[in-house]
Parts: sequence; C-alpha cells; structure tokens
Amino acid sequence: MSALLEIDDLSLDFRTRGGTIRALEQVSLSVAAGETVGVVGESGSGKSVLSFAVMGISDAAARVTAGQIRFEGRELHAADLASLRGAQMAMIFQNPRVALNPIRAVGKQIEDVLRRHAGVSGAEARSRAIEMLAKVRIPDPERRAAAYPFEMSGGMCQRVMIALALACSPKLLIADEPTTGLDVTTQAAIMDLIGDLAHETGMSTILITHDLGLAAQRSDRIAVMHAGHLVEVAATADLFDRPAHPYTRKLIATTPRPSVGLTDLEPIPGSLPDLRGVLPPCRYARRCERYEAICEAVPLPRIEVGHAHVVHCARPL
Amino acid sequence: MTALLDVAGLCRRFPVGKRTLHAVDGVSFDIAPGEAVGLVGESGCGKSTLVRMLTRVLDPSEGSIHFDGREIGQTAAARFTRTPDRALIQMVFQDPTDSLNPRFTAFDCIADPLLRLKGPWTRDSLATRVHELAGMVGLPVPLLGRFPHQLSGGQKARVGIARALGPEPRLLILDEPTSALDVSVQAVVLRMLDELRHRLGVSYLFVSHDLNVVRLLCDRVMVMYLGKLVETGTVAEVFDHPAHPYTRALLSAIPGLEGTLGERVRLTGEPRSPIDPSPNACRFHGRCPIGEHRCAEHMPVPQDLGGRHRVACHLAGGTP
Repeated sequence: MSALLEIDDLSLDFRTRGGTIRALEQVSLSVAAGETVGVVGESGSGKSVLSFAVMGISDAAARVTAGQIRFEGRELHAADLASLRGAQMAMIFQNPRVALNPIRAVGKQIEDVLRRHAGVSGAEARSRAIEMLAKVRIPDPERRAAAYPFEMSGGMCQRVMIALALACSPKLLIADEPTTGLDVTTQAAIMDLIGDLAHETGMSTILITHDLGLAAQRSDRIAVMHAGHLVEVAATADLFDRPAHPYTRKLIATTPRPSVGLTDLEPIPGSLPDLRGVLPPCRYARRCERYEAICEAVPLPRIEVGHAHVVHCARPL
Repeated sequence: MTALLDVAGLCRRFPVGKRTLHAVDGVSFDIAPGEAVGLVGESGCGKSTLVRMLTRVLDPSEGSIHFDGREIGQTAAARFTRTPDRALIQMVFQDPTDSLNPRFTAFDCIADPLLRLKGPWTRDSLATRVHELAGMVGLPVPLLGRFPHQLSGGQKARVGIARALGPEPRLLILDEPTSALDVSVQAVVLRMLDELRHRLGVSYLFVSHDLNVVRLLCDRVMVMYLGKLVETGTVAEVFDHPAHPYTRALLSAIPGLEGTLGERVRLTGEPRSPIDPSPNACRFHGRCPIGEHRCAEHMPVPQDLGGRHRVACHLAGGTP
C-alpha cells in the first residue's frame, strides 16, 4: 500500500510577540490511498495547525522548522501547492456559513472552482456545478444553484462546502470538524455523504474532530494529538481495545457513551501546557498519572507496540 | 407530589408576512421538585422558544405555565422581571464566552444578579455570598478578580453556573451548558452539576442535542420535533425502548465508542416548514422512514405506553 500523503517529522512554530509557540513538534503521519484517518485531541492540540500546514494555508506567523510533507511521493513546495489545492487536495471547514462567500450564489462558487482547476467554462461549468449539488443530495439543484448561503440551513451549507471541495475529484480531502454545530441526525447524513463519495472515488480523507465517537465510527485509523505532539496512532479497533498512551486511555474514559454512568467518567486533570518556552520531552507529563522521573530524563521515545500501532511515551500502558 | 413547573397547552406563534410560524405548538409537561428533565431535538424545533417562554422573557400565545402553583404565563414578560419569581427561575447559557459581560470581573458577573434580585447587601455580606458560590462550583477565589478573557472555558462555565445559582433558584434551565467545552473539562462540569442538583434540591431543565449527556444527567427526557413533544418518558423508557421513529433515528445517530456503524435509521430530506403546517398531518411525515397514508391525514395524539412513557405516533410500538 503506497502512501498518498506522508508527513515526516514535521515541526512548526508560530512567532508571536509573546514568544515562539511550538505548535507542532516532530509529527509523523501517513495517509494511504482510499483511507480515512481520524485526528483527535482537545482544542489547542494542533489538529487544525497540522491540516493547515498540509494545505499550505498556515498563518503568516508560522514557520516550518523541520521535517517535510510529501504528496504522492513528491515533496510539497509552496509553489506546487497552488496548483494542487482545490484540484488534488481539498478541505472542508468547520463553519460553512463563514467559509462560503456570503454574497455569491452557491452555484457560482462551485463554477469558480471548476473554472480555476478543471479548465471548464460557461454552460459546461454551470451544468457540472448543478451536477455536484445533485451529488451532495441537495433537492432541486437547478433552483438551489441560484441561492445564497443565508437562504440555506446549516446542513445545506455544509453540503455546498462538500460539493465545492469535491468538484474536481481530489485525491485527498481534509475535513476539519465538518459536523460541529450540526444536529446529530444532520451529522449522520453529512458523514454518510462524505463516506459514500470517498468510497466511490477512492479518495483519502483526514477527519479532524474533537469527538472521539465520531472518529471511532468513521475512521480506519486514528491519530491522537496532545499539545502539538502526535502521541499515538493505531487502527481504530486497536486504539480502543489497547490504548497504549495514558492520554488516549483518559480521553476514552472521559467521553460520555451509552454504556457508562456519570461516576465512571474520568476527568483529565490539568490543562494543555503553555507552548511557549521550555517544555519537557513529554508534554503530557505534568497531567499524567503514570509520570515518573524517566519521563523528563529521556527524549520522547517512539515505540511500536503492535502492527502499525505507534506510541510516543516513555512508560506506555 | 405537586409539580414545581406545570405547563399546559403552551403555544407560541410568530407572524411571517401574512402567514404564521408555529414555533411551539401545544406543549404540555411538568417537572417535579429536584427532578432533572432533558429536552432534545434538532435546531429549529422550538427548544429555544419554549425555554424563552419558561424563563418569561417571551410571552406565550396560548396555554398556561404554573410555577410552584402560581400561574406565571399570564404575567407580561416586562412585569415578570419585578416579581419574586424572577429569582426562582434561572438560566445557564450555552456559550460561556458570549454570555459573560467582558467588562465584568468574575466577581461582578456572579454579584450582578444578587444585587438585582436579592439583598440588601453590605460589602462584606455580598463578598461572603460570592465566595460561597465560587466554592460551590469549584472556582478558586483568586480567580474572581479576573475578566472572562483571562479565564479558561471550564472556568467561564463555572462562573455561568455560579451566577445562575446565586439567587437560589428552584428551577435551573441549562442550555447546552457543556457543548463549548472539551471532553476533558465536560466530565468535571457534568459531575459538578449532578452533585449540585442533589445537594440543593433544584430542578433542572437540560436542553441539549447530545443524547449521551442527557442520559447521564437526567431522570426524564422529552423529545421535541417541529414545535411538538413527540415522545416523553424516563431516561430508561426512552433510551431503551424508543417508540417514535424520530427518537429512534436520533438514538441511532449517536456515535458510540463501541464503534462500528450498526443498524442505523437514516433520515432523508429536510424537516417540514413550521410556517402554517397542516393541522391534520404528522409533522414528521415525509421524513419518517415508516410513515403511512394515515400519517398525512390525522395528526397523532400522545398516547400512554405505560409508566411515564408517552408518544405521539400512529405506528408506535407497531414496529420494534
């Protein structure tokens, strides 16, 4: 299985007036063709920073200090990204109402993408845009193509975002919290749609979410992030059956789910460390129940605990 | 046991041009003292309108709201703010960042409703009470001097809860109190809310679309769809034996960590419009996976399924 996307030891800093924020440190993750990889973690863990880095849309204050990103075996450079973005890789953002252009009809917005990346224009762009709206199951697509985002519900806007992202049949889709703020029934419909379309076209998906349940349901593999470190990555079933990082175990234990009561939920003590200044090798050490002196003494090890199951911890479970 | 809150036939209609939007349409339920009741439903189903009527910031079009035996639904919203009942119904809002005054310190946020609804206070007695409330929600006293932007999400949520508990309410309405929080913080806040309810004997109306959270915190649950309560019952009745097809779809859409996509009820289409809905058709008809011809001709009325379980569906119990 060849990897479509390889992120190799990526480190990224933000230079701010308050100091350098070490937002990502030595993050490695690969995504195979057709695979769905979930990236989970608390807010501030670096999930979105990672996806923005892949898309080359990081904030101006961001500096990649080490590592590389390869797409289909070729290293990604800023110059190539402009032609890849929208065509080969695309992104769905969290809040579709903010991400869509409020003063342009949704059909026109899809036509813009097609004109820019697929080299079609005029009537053909228009008919392909309507076709895309039909594909994301928007009823009455001819009429809806002329609608503005404010005339549509949140779920409808998210469907338009998906149509925009998939208009040029990208090989990689990054979905950044695609269903946050939507109802559970709408969430299920949107995720079904992304899943069906990915399956149909053999597209790879990176699903970024803070909802462990959603990641469990929709991903082949899951990567857990904490404070800019990727702490564990494993096949979904493996991760839940045999979590190896203490943070992963805690994250599972703190998530409300059908089989547990209120007293079974284990809160995670403390909060994410300040990413400015000197940090211990393991950024979870100060919250960790398995903390021992060794955690601060050695560089953060990379341990393979099973087939394609990697944990970064000095004292894994 | 007499109910603390007894709502009967509550309606709220909004004019939309020449037509009428039925936001809340004939809702009846009660909440006992110390009971926690969950209210679930998708956005646009009328949850917020219902809550705004119960907190008496919006006047109902029809129906009654009895609170502690007194009819409060007829008191105009503008006059209600000056009645003693104002203190007894308090609310915790969804987004702790948007609902705290950015120019108030945490202390001022908690003290504000005390000054308006309780008192008289001296400087010392007010400080004592605010410190006591901070202690109740586990907010360290040194943080009381901070402004909202200097507090974390979990700390802001605690300020919002302390502020609502200040006037010693008997009914606390919580609108998605944990949806803006990370799971790691959510667990702590949920436990605290549960503990406070048992300690203070206050009733909760818990509005949420996270059914996993409702199940953990509530005794009973009410499912709302386009202005109507379609199913009500104890948490066990509704979660273990959902009778309405909408409830079944909601429950099967919850992602559980147990993972795989099992037997799911897939809903297709968008909800019907709440503007001038047909009085004779089930509101869920057209989106319902098991709808029949009669669903379009007769509005189902709530029927008892035993215990406290009630459902408004022609086909309830028919298909498991």
